[in-house]
Amino acid sequence: MLLEDAKVLQQREIQGGYRLLVLAAPLMAPKVQPGQFVHLRVPHLDSAVLRRPFSVYKADGGTLSILYKDVGRGTSAMKALRDGETVSLLGPLGHGFPAPAKDKVPVLVAGGYGMAALYLVAKTSAVKGVVFVGGRSAQDVLCVPEFTALGWTVHVSTDDGSLGVKGLVTDALEPWLHKELKGRTPEFFACGPNGMLKAVGERAIRGNWTAWLSVDRKMGCGVGACLTCVQKIATPDGGWTWERVCKEGPVFESRQIVWKDET
Amino acid sequence: MAKPDLSVKIGAIRMRNPVMTASGTFGYGPEYADLVDFSRLGAIVVKGISREPVRGNATPRTVEVASGLINAIGLQNPGVDGFVKEYMPFLRRHDVPVIVNIWGRTIEDYAFVAERFDAVDGVAGLEVNVSCPNIKEGSCTFGSNLDMFKRVIAAVRAKTKLPLIPKLAPDIAGIKTFAKAAEECGADAISLINSIPAMAIDIEARRPVLGNVTGGLSGPAIKPIAVKMVWEAAKAVKIPIVGIGGISNAADAIEFMIAGATAVAVGTANFTDPATALAVVDGLEAYLAGHGLRGVAELVGSLKT
Repeated sequence: MLLEDAKVLQQREIQGGYRLLVLAAPLMAPKVQPGQFVHLRVPHLDSAVLRRPFSVYKADGGTLSILYKDVGRGTSAMKALRDGETVSLLGPLGHGFPAPAKDKVPVLVAGGYGMAALYLVAKTSAVKGVVFVGGRSAQDVLCVPEFTALGWTVHVSTDDGSLGVKGLVTDALEPWLHKELKGRTPEFFACGPNGMLKAVGERAIRGNWTAWLSVDRKMGCGVGACLTCVQKIATPDGGWTWERVCKEGPVFESRQIVWKDET
Repeated sequence: MAKPDLSVKIGAIRMRNPVMTASGTFGYGPEYADLVDFSRLGAIVVKGISREPVRGNATPRTVEVASGLINAIGLQNPGVDGFVKEYMPFLRRHDVPVIVNIWGRTIEDYAFVAERFDAVDGVAGLEVNVSCPNIKEGSCTFGSNLDMFKRVIAAVRAKTKLPLIPKLAPDIAGIKTFAKAAEECGADAISLINSIPAMAIDIEARRPVLGNVTGGLSGPAIKPIAVKMVWEAAKAVKIPIVGIGGISNAADAIEFMIAGATAVAVGTANFTDPATALAVVDGLEAYLAGHGLRGVAELVGSLKT
């Protein structure tokens, strides 16, 4: 974990308000593991006291990139970043995804820009698998060509049917599990809204499979000090304890997460 | 000209400089060990410790507002035994005074925790939290009721020789009265201010944003209030004051010191930039040198009115 002033190399809109920010972070980028995140200090907005967490989308040599959507005052301020400006990064943070098991079929499940957190999983995996991505409509489905280029099969679903199967990402997943699994064991890697994570996790538990879920929680310090981003985690005695999404997470196995009252 | 003398004393605690980290914003130390050179800090004040482990409040626990943060963590902590076992070995390895923030639901709780820490190697002092806005019973009452406040401080004083620093509540009438009471009850210093009771509402859901409904406001938004309270308290007592509230840079810290604070603690700004406390140390040293001041003592309480 380190602090680094990263230089903006490029920033552009990809589609539908989703933006790509490419940063030169020669110290941090080589350390990033799949599923980890960086905590970015909002530029040009002194009234923001908290950083904003972003999954690392790509980390390549000394550069790393993130995907974001203009949804609040922090991300709105980020849009104003120009090439050559610096932005303070804290990272890489958290415990990301484990490497996919070689004797299983890796199944990535993403909602919206959850795709960003899964790219490095696909890129570094020793085995190729499938990707299920869902979004509200076609413009919320990101990075499909990127995964295809890595040799992964991508299944798209949208709430409004404007691209791929109409319905939830889990609606597209279910028939595939029945038809295409053919005796193989899936291993899930998921990032997206908590409702989606819960559904994927419950499906994995029903099938007696493993599901690694990257949990999204409001975050404060990003380093485990403030105890904002706590998640209920099951304990062996049948109870629960708080764990920090920024530190012990953001990735937990589905059986660890206690969803009660927390979605 | 010689380098200005940054060292200060808070009771028996000798600090290499007046800049601490505020309780609740620096965890128990390890969280920031990769990012901050502890040996350059005046002291570390760890997050509040109680007699038994506490789970804290439901989520959401914090919400960012303009120039501030409202938190309602609910004093989640591993309890005194858990803290001593898990974190003291780590803290003892570092060259920095460790001040433990303590709190309780009853006077007996406070006394118990104080007595326990009196016997723990590596603890430099105790900050007594009588003013957390997020605990329904105990803590808050002790900070706003003068009689209860005196009883807590006296009870803790009776159980430990460690330097005691009561942390005063911001929402009380008569900060001077409480400051004086702390001094009379044997406190070695006082710290102020704690976060200010506050709330935020989700206007679409028409619900409170925080799981706990209300919380405590910290960050730059509260700084001018804190400076004024430090100034008032400084006129009432001779014991040193630790100024807290929205310090984000050296200029903020200097303001508190001119108002009468001997030391300062950086809080919410640790979240914004973990390097803040060290930048405050550097900036303070440059200010003293630039203004021909030989040391911190020449700055503290130097307000001209």
